[in-house]
Amino acid sequence: MAQLLHVDDISVTFDGFRAINGLSFDIGRAELRAIIGPNGAGKTTFMDIVTGKTRPDSGDVRWGDKGVSLLRKSESQIAQLGIGRKFQKPTVFESQSVYDNLLMALANQRNPFSVLSYQRSIIDNDKIDALATQINLSQQTQILAGALSHGQKQWLEIGMLLAQDPQLLLVDEPAAGMTAPERAVTVKLLKELAQTRAVVVVEHDMEFIRQLECRITVLHEGAVLAEGQIDFVMQNQEVIDVYLGR
Amino acid sequence: MENTILIKHLLKHPSVMIFLGLLAGFTLLVVGLAEGAGIGLISTSFVKTLGKTLCLCMIAIAMDLVWGFCGILSLGHFAFFALGGYIIGMWLMFARTKLIVLEAAQNAVLPMTQSEVSQAVGTQIFGVVGGAEIPAIWTFADNFWIQIAFVVLVPGLLALIFGWLAFRARVNGVYLSILTQAMTLALALYLFQNDSGLRGNNGLSGLQNIPGFDAVSQADISIWFFIASAGALALIYVLAYGLISSKMGNIIRGIRDNEARVRFLGYNVESYKLFIFVLTAIIAAVAGALYYPQAGIINPAELAPIASIYLAVWVAIGGRGRLYGAVIGAAFVSLLSSYFTGGQAPDIPLGFGTLRWTEWWLVLLGLSFVGVTLYAPKGIGGLIDHLTRKRGV
Repeated sequence: MAQLLHVDDISVTFDGFRAINGLSFDIGRAELRAIIGPNGAGKTTFMDIVTGKTRPDSGDVRWGDKGVSLLRKSESQIAQLGIGRKFQKPTVFESQSVYDNLLMALANQRNPFSVLSYQRSIIDNDKIDALATQINLSQQTQILAGALSHGQKQWLEIGMLLAQDPQLLLVDEPAAGMTAPERAVTVKLLKELAQTRAVVVVEHDMEFIRQLECRITVLHEGAVLAEGQIDFVMQNQEVIDVYLGR
Repeated sequence: MENTILIKHLLKHPSVMIFLGLLAGFTLLVVGLAEGAGIGLISTSFVKTLGKTLCLCMIAIAMDLVWGFCGILSLGHFAFFALGGYIIGMWLMFARTKLIVLEAAQNAVLPMTQSEVSQAVGTQIFGVVGGAEIPAIWTFADNFWIQIAFVVLVPGLLALIFGWLAFRARVNGVYLSILTQAMTLALALYLFQNDSGLRGNNGLSGLQNIPGFDAVSQADISIWFFIASAGALALIYVLAYGLISSKMGNIIRGIRDNEARVRFLGYNVESYKLFIFVLTAIIAAVAGALYYPQAGIINPAELAPIASIYLAVWVAIGGRGRLYGAVIGAAFVSLLSSYFTGGQAPDIPLGFGTLRWTEWWLVLLGLSFVGVTLYAPKGIGGLIDHLTRKRGV
């Protein structure tokens, strides 16, 4: 299986604290992967590096068939290459409608002059309607995103990621603050997505991860501690010591 | 055909129609009551004050776009406003001085040579700072259309370079505000120098006289400028409204609310900020080019950092993130300001002393700014929204 993202021996230090310590990580083209690890294990820093927010001190991050290095690219360039990110707290544009949130995310030209000359089209309208249906918000397209429930905001953010049509989705704690029925919908959504693209989920909730039924990478002190299916990982003595046992 | 589309489009946006209707009504009313064209109830100087106020509303719209919608608290937009004024002032002063020189030379025995004319014009304009040479920046001052082009190009270019450097370095928030203050202060200090080529602290004067229109009374000229200012304000309002209700509007509001999120959507935030910064600098410059012929004089004190801070106060009091809020704030506060500081407001005897409004106006302004910030953060525009039960954008 061709690798989509290849993270090679990266390290990063913040004020003497090694957040990431020789981390290597690969993900394939259509794969669902969960990342777990105790606080400070480097999960968020890992996402920051892949999306261009943080630059590693050493190592490399390569993308796609051509193995393009992501280290020299800006956040917006990386997003345009096809890496989408969902933040821990739902970050949608609360003062704008659900429709406008999705419109901004839609995979169109991103430079200011094409945005200036942008005309709303039936094709885009249909795409937004389809997305809204997919994330259970078809009745709410005209209301302000700020008026949505917490779970609905999480879905809207996932919808915005889908609108970008990325090849790799980085999802930070998607189930946080969700009710049980909302979680079930989210699990189904993430599994669907992983049919056609790579999805990396960072999550604390073991029950949620179990439902994802995917390969798990355990991070500890900025490096990979163990990797495998859930039962393998949960029986690993090191993992039990640093994480599960607590 | 295109007109009907435009009208249909405007009809869908009643707030624009209401604004344009009110502005048209106000313009007709003032023209009808003015000395120049109407029954003479409004003095020429007050027509000029109202015309200047319309220009201040224009720069307030620019400020609202850059701050209220895009979240960049620029405290330097009056620099662009004054630059626009200086550039149009150069033409007004040069062309008129040249006409006067040529007229005076008509009775001379020998016609003046080209260099004698420029010598005489130079002495007339720059004698006050002890020079007779015409500085290089005045090369095109005789050409109206080139100076008009400069009104747009020079402030636009300054904003482009400044904005590119600042945004590329990801200077944000209060640091950017300080940087813009430094820019306007530096420009003011430069212009205060006698060898800056713009007559130092004397500035440019006599701008109310339009070259070639000496026969026309100031009463008439004030009406022309008033109507031109109203027309420009209407145009800029419609343009700004079109911008904020387009996809561009969605993105710049997104940048205001969560810049990082817009980046992760794949938009290059810096180029959007730069676009808005340059656009609003140009709007400010156009407003300044209409303002200073009505003011008659411009000097470096106009670029004082405090002017740009007042601009932010107007927009905050009027209600940022609403175009009509910016217009209301600028009109309301600047008119009140000229009422209180112009000595028209009656002083209040308090027994132990007298409350002089010329001194206490700033205190009143400060208190109302604090009051608005604490109790009506959406400003006067927010109150209007509340009354009409409409949500702001």
